[in-house]
Amino acid sequence: MSKSAYEIVQQARSNKRRTGLDFVEHLFPDFMELHGDRRYADDPAIVGGGATLRGMPVTVIAMEKGHTSRERARRTFGAPHPEGYRKALRLMQQAPKFHRPIVCLVDTSGAYCGVGAEERGQGQAIAENLMEMMTLDTPILSILIGEGGSGGALALAVADRVWMLQSAVYSVISPEGCASILWKDAKLAQRAAECLKLTAQDALQNGIIEEIISEDEGTENELYARLEEKIASTLAQLKQEPDRLNKRYARFRAIGQKAE
Amino acid sequence: MAFLKFPYRAKNELEKGGRNQLPAMADENEPTQDCPNCHKSIPLSKLWAQDSVCACGYHFRMKARHRIGLLADEGTFCEAFSEIVSSDPLGFPDYRRKLSTVQSASGEREAVVCGRAKIGGHACYLFAMDPYFMMGSMGAAVGEKITRTFEAATAERLPVVGCALSGGARMQEGLISLMQMAKTCGALRRHSDAGLLYIALLSDPTTGGVTASFAMGGDIILAEPGATIGFAGTRVIEQTTHKALPKTFQKSEFLLEHGFVDAIVARSEQKAVIGKLLALHEEEDHEQIGV
Repeated sequence: MSKSAYEIVQQARSNKRRTGLDFVEHLFPDFMELHGDRRYADDPAIVGGGATLRGMPVTVIAMEKGHTSRERARRTFGAPHPEGYRKALRLMQQAPKFHRPIVCLVDTSGAYCGVGAEERGQGQAIAENLMEMMTLDTPILSILIGEGGSGGALALAVADRVWMLQSAVYSVISPEGCASILWKDAKLAQRAAECLKLTAQDALQNGIIEEIISEDEGTENELYARLEEKIASTLAQLKQEPDRLNKRYARFRAIGQKAE
Repeated sequence: MAFLKFPYRAKNELEKGGRNQLPAMADENEPTQDCPNCHKSIPLSKLWAQDSVCACGYHFRMKARHRIGLLADEGTFCEAFSEIVSSDPLGFPDYRRKLSTVQSASGEREAVVCGRAKIGGHACYLFAMDPYFMMGSMGAAVGEKITRTFEAATAERLPVVGCALSGGARMQEGLISLMQMAKTCGALRRHSDAGLLYIALLSDPTTGGVTASFAMGGDIILAEPGATIGFAGTRVIEQTTHKALPKTFQKSEFLLEHGFVDAIVARSEQKAVIGKLLALHEEEDHEQIGV
């Protein structure tokens, strides 16, 4: 029996789940973290830096929720502040300069909601990432590994290829938020989760992502090995791809393109 | 109690019998609107004559076409892309019915009106979002219309004046509406890379996915006085932080103070200010560049 949409949401949110840094550790053992947005602060909800993948230098940006409660509090449960997005952008802008492709690992319930985040331009920070990522002249691959919460997730997912783990979710609003706005009852979240079409399967069908990474086959280590192989071959292929930026634009341009 | 300070404050009317007295000209049968700022009631005809601005300076929400009429030179607005309307891509419960209700109530087919116009004699593309169409929320049709506006402006080498007003992405279209953020940003970036000007005018409310995309992407960002502009909703922030927020939080004045808008412009000044900005950024004569 397959899981309901809301069960998948809960699975994606589980604090026992693999986090961004778990993936970084296994996929990029020589990862070197680089801190700070050079404007205001360093946001621990987003981790960025450099690494090599089978000898190829890459820029890695990962959202990190943390495992222990202390760590989770420090990383604001993986909800980035504007500084996180600005740090990610700073590092991503260096990538074309040094001919490195970019790998983004997305896992957030959404951009942080708070007074400081608003004062320092949460909306502006996300908007800038969307505009800049569209024109960064290097391959970009984004993988949704857990929660893909709205604009806060999209700010690291304007890419040439977007993949989702089988049990990840990607949504414009949380099912609870949707239910409380539309039906004035957050308890109807289960129904909202079905309606929002937020599972990997739905996203694939609606042309939002290119691939689903299966989590059923093999062990944990085999998953990482399979993913490493896939990332390396995809980045190598994207490096050779002519007219990459126009294709990236066309990829998003095609979504919701219709006239009745 | 008025909580917002506008540049134009109400006169002292104590000698005329107190602030709560209706103006003498008010016809008893005429429908009125209460101002949420100064609590006076204003006859609708008077409010419309003042472009939906109360004497105290409070800016009421304004229909997209009314706003276009205010900004565009008379008879110059030529609507485009009006054939694009929302469908129901996810089969979301009740969405089709809601769309048709809103369409007949608002008289609009979609939450944004786009077209070519002249402002102060300067040709440009102009779009305005409608507060009475699902609070200007952005679904596939809104994203597509705005994207086409930027693409057409890029092709014709014209500036874009965009009047943003939106509660954010339209959740009934799920991820498809979220992707409109990336799509519109891509189109406006290409417009920008072509060396063209985009002026964003933000009015109440501009929030969520629209703030986090094309609203904040302007070369010049103007805001109406007292408009709520932000990413997260005030209620959500209050629930997260367990603190009451000041009433000035996320208002235009707050954004100006924190450096996120270029200027706050009252409705009566908007046409002149935008016209002046367009003149400042007028492309040099192509022949001159060719020499």
